[in-house]
Amino acid sequence: MTLSADDWEIIRLSLKVSGVAVGLALPVSFALAYLLARGRFPGKAVLDGLVHLPLVLPPVVTGWLLLIGFGLRGPIGGPLHDWFGITLIFRWTGAAFAAAIMALPLMVRAIRLSIEAVDRRLEGAARTLGASPWHAFRTVTLPLSRPGVLAALVLGFARSIGEFGATITFVSNIPGETRTLPLAIYAALQMPGNDATVARLAMISVALSLGALVASEWLNRRHAFGRGGHVL
Amino acid sequence: MSFDIDVAKRLGDIEIAAAFSVGPGLTALTGPSGAGKTSLLAMVAGLLKPDRGHVRVDGVTLFDKAEGIDLPPNRRRIGYVFQDARLFPHRRVRANLLYGHRLATPEDRWIGLEDVVSFLGIAPLLDRWPRSLSGGEAQRVAIGRALLSGPRSLLMDEPLSSLDPPRRAEIMTLIERVRDELAVPILYVTHDGAEAERLATQRITLGI
Repeated sequence: MTLSADDWEIIRLSLKVSGVAVGLALPVSFALAYLLARGRFPGKAVLDGLVHLPLVLPPVVTGWLLLIGFGLRGPIGGPLHDWFGITLIFRWTGAAFAAAIMALPLMVRAIRLSIEAVDRRLEGAARTLGASPWHAFRTVTLPLSRPGVLAALVLGFARSIGEFGATITFVSNIPGETRTLPLAIYAALQMPGNDATVARLAMISVALSLGALVASEWLNRRHAFGRGGHVL
Repeated sequence: MSFDIDVAKRLGDIEIAAAFSVGPGLTALTGPSGAGKTSLLAMVAGLLKPDRGHVRVDGVTLFDKAEGIDLPPNRRRIGYVFQDARLFPHRRVRANLLYGHRLATPEDRWIGLEDVVSFLGIAPLLDRWPRSLSGGEAQRVAIGRALLSGPRSLLMDEPLSSLDPPRRAEIMTLIERVRDELAVPILYVTHDGAEAERLATQRITLGI
């Protein structure tokens, strides 16, 4: 199987979009997961619901909401464009943003479970040994929640690389700009005689997703603290 | 006075209160379960905030409600040996031992890694992971980790309760040596009369 220049372009764009999406979503997910796992504040249930919204809404609806909110005349997209010169709609950055939104709930869930599993008494032990709250977080909480972070990376990447509905609604299907793997497969399916192309792109999707899973398993084994473990 | 403690705290329906001041050596805290022995240690360590009163260790005020003093746990210089050792599972024994040592200022450290390792006989354990240690081994490492953080005093919360009798005898000998050779004041929670009998310089009984 040889890949054409177009295939490489699609792979490159998909990796760029997914990479940026996961990179964007990771710090936000961790902060949200920590807040939901440890925080006690009014409106926590509302925040929890909002975070999960992209998981339960039809992706097309999420895409439409992004279109309204982040379009050039949207309440957020307007100022973003006029004041900062940032345009999301019909751009690859918008595809990455849509993928990040779609990946967020899965990532928050994975990290939250891990943070909840951290024995808080270990943080207390660290404090008595001279650690400030921040140092205890960095040296105890963060490394112990690493399995969840790895799981979040895999799930987030898989979700991003497979994102279709919100992306095509928000940023359309523009070759070289927003046409990621699933959108390319969809476009190829619209015309007859593209069976080989579709099969090739599908194989690439399988390879990328499996590759992410294998890489994270390998990372997790390398840091297993003297035991075995699985990411998912 | 090594420990000068007068604290009270309401936790749900129970009121925990204790007032005593004791000299050096090992002070055994006994009393029925539910009397708040562990909560009292947590208040001395700064992990639990008393409603009122004061905590002074070796003349240093760690907590005083009236004066508005409440040092955070990391600035109290109190070594805490927990019932379950509570080693960091993601760090090998050596890194566990050095955790507090690296955080202490050089002038606060009064014992080094090599001395602690030979004192506790844990040289073969240094590269092991905590989950591979037996209860007795883990408790030795926990004592070493506390000593290396340069504490002015030690709190021990039933450190023998999860050990079998031969291991108990070993760790008790070790605690006696910490008490006598290293001369660290120890506040020691136990519900075992024989243990208190053997180890204690003085005894305090908490009631409900």
